Amino acid sequence: MLRNKLSKIGAKVLAMLFFFGGLAILSGRAVRWTFLAPLKRGRVLEQARKAGVDSLPIVALISLFIGVIFTFQIAYLMQRLGSEMYIATIVALSLVRELGPVITALIVAGRVGAAITAEIGSMQVTEQIDALQTLSVSPIRYLVVPRLIALALMLPLLTLYADIIGIFGGYLICVYKLGISSTIYTKMTFDALLFKDLFTGLGKTIVFGMVIALVSCYEGFNVQGGSEGVGRATMKAVVTSFILIIATDCFSTALFYFIFP
Amino acid sequence: MIEIKKLHKSFGGRKVLDGVDLQIPEGRTLVIIGRSGCGKSVLLKHIIGLLKPDSGGVFVDGVDISRLKEEELERVRRSIEMVFQSGALFDSLTVGENVGFRYLEHGGMEKSALKERVRESLALVGLYSIEGMLPSELSGGMKKRVAVARAICTRPRIILYDEPTTGVDPITADSINRLMRSLHDKLKVTSIVVTHDMKSAYSVADRIAMLYEGRIIAEGTPAEIQHSVDPVVQQFINGLSTGPITDTSSVHSGAK
Repeated sequence: MLRNKLSKIGAKVLAMLFFFGGLAILSGRAVRWTFLAPLKRGRVLEQARKAGVDSLPIVALISLFIGVIFTFQIAYLMQRLGSEMYIATIVALSLVRELGPVITALIVAGRVGAAITAEIGSMQVTEQIDALQTLSVSPIRYLVVPRLIALALMLPLLTLYADIIGIFGGYLICVYKLGISSTIYTKMTFDALLFKDLFTGLGKTIVFGMVIALVSCYEGFNVQGGSEGVGRATMKAVVTSFILIIATDCFSTALFYFIFP
Repeated sequence: MIEIKKLHKSFGGRKVLDGVDLQIPEGRTLVIIGRSGCGKSVLLKHIIGLLKPDSGGVFVDGVDISRLKEEELERVRRSIEMVFQSGALFDSLTVGENVGFRYLEHGGMEKSALKERVRESLALVGLYSIEGMLPSELSGGMKKRVAVARAICTRPRIILYDEPTTGVDPITADSINRLMRSLHDKLKVTSIVVTHDMKSAYSVADRIAMLYEGRIIAEGTPAEIQHSVDPVVQQFINGLSTGPITDTSSVHSGAK
């Protein structure tokens, strides 16, 4: 019984080590190919369109809702404390430093990361990855590098967009529901935000973008067992990306807290 | 000249190739036959360096490609092309881009010359004016033909075919067999064809080798294989459900 449990734990630990080892090797190769081979701009732009431009509607919708919900919750507390004028400050800081980056990264992991794994996984199942190799084209250069660059560039831009929409959501509630003047809301928002808030908020999304691209590609390359395997890998890629985004966020928030106190 | 020497490969403790020895002279067509799952495709993937052997080697013009680094392997692969069982056409690219893929990625040909080469390659497989179509718009037989066109676009010295007639109707299968024969005659390529379709094997082969339990148990001309006294070979080529292959109690003698 105990031996059985221990061997199960051992197998899980081994699988985790295998995953991180494989991810590290893929990351190293992707970085090497990024600088080694001339970049195919068209391919990066195509991925940037899929990851960035096509994600604008869903990011706008979710950010607006988050801005509205968050403002209501903050208003509930601030009204009890008699400090309604600080609602804008809290909304702006929370959205720019934390909520905007994490929510956007989670949306992109679900929408774009899942699509990447499904696409590469299907290519693996239908031998297209093998075909690339036989045609002397590195699958990492052809598939991973454009997605890695596109996501690392587009996630900060999407986050900035989400921040603006979220703050606009807060504005709508404060001005039209809570009766705070438009001028005060705008002033409190811009007074609260420092460059370091924007820098730390957007900076970590570059890492989130890279995490999403690498995890999604890795899971796609490791698909086994046909279409069922593609489904399993897609789910695994999204779950793993979620966990790694939150873990990276925790680490980077702690790091920035000490670097920019 | 391709030489396979004492090739061994296992997956998760299961021996798939157990000391394969084969020679394919320049400009000849060798057909490797065997049951589904016996390791034919694994053998083919070793020949193009997609898999590394546990031991033994694959020599192309005297160079052991199983020991080459990725960059050196890419150079060798420029003279070898492979036609995959499913066609393995790139879904997001048009037929024209698929056929000219190697030149589009690596350069080496003017745009107008490449367009002409793509058109010529498609014409060689009997397809015309489909350069702008997507693979999803093609039938199974057309996909296989486009895959062959992609393989011959670079005018390779060696073409590997993985189950070229599987999954197509008998008429399309016959046209693919004719196509392989005519390409062999016109382009003088060395071909290795993996199949379990005996009609196809007799139709295209200069020599036939049978892979069974990880080894080559018989090799010869189509006539020699047809007249082989080996009961395993006889059961397979005649497609019998009873015999030494399916009778687990019998042990193969290994006779040629």
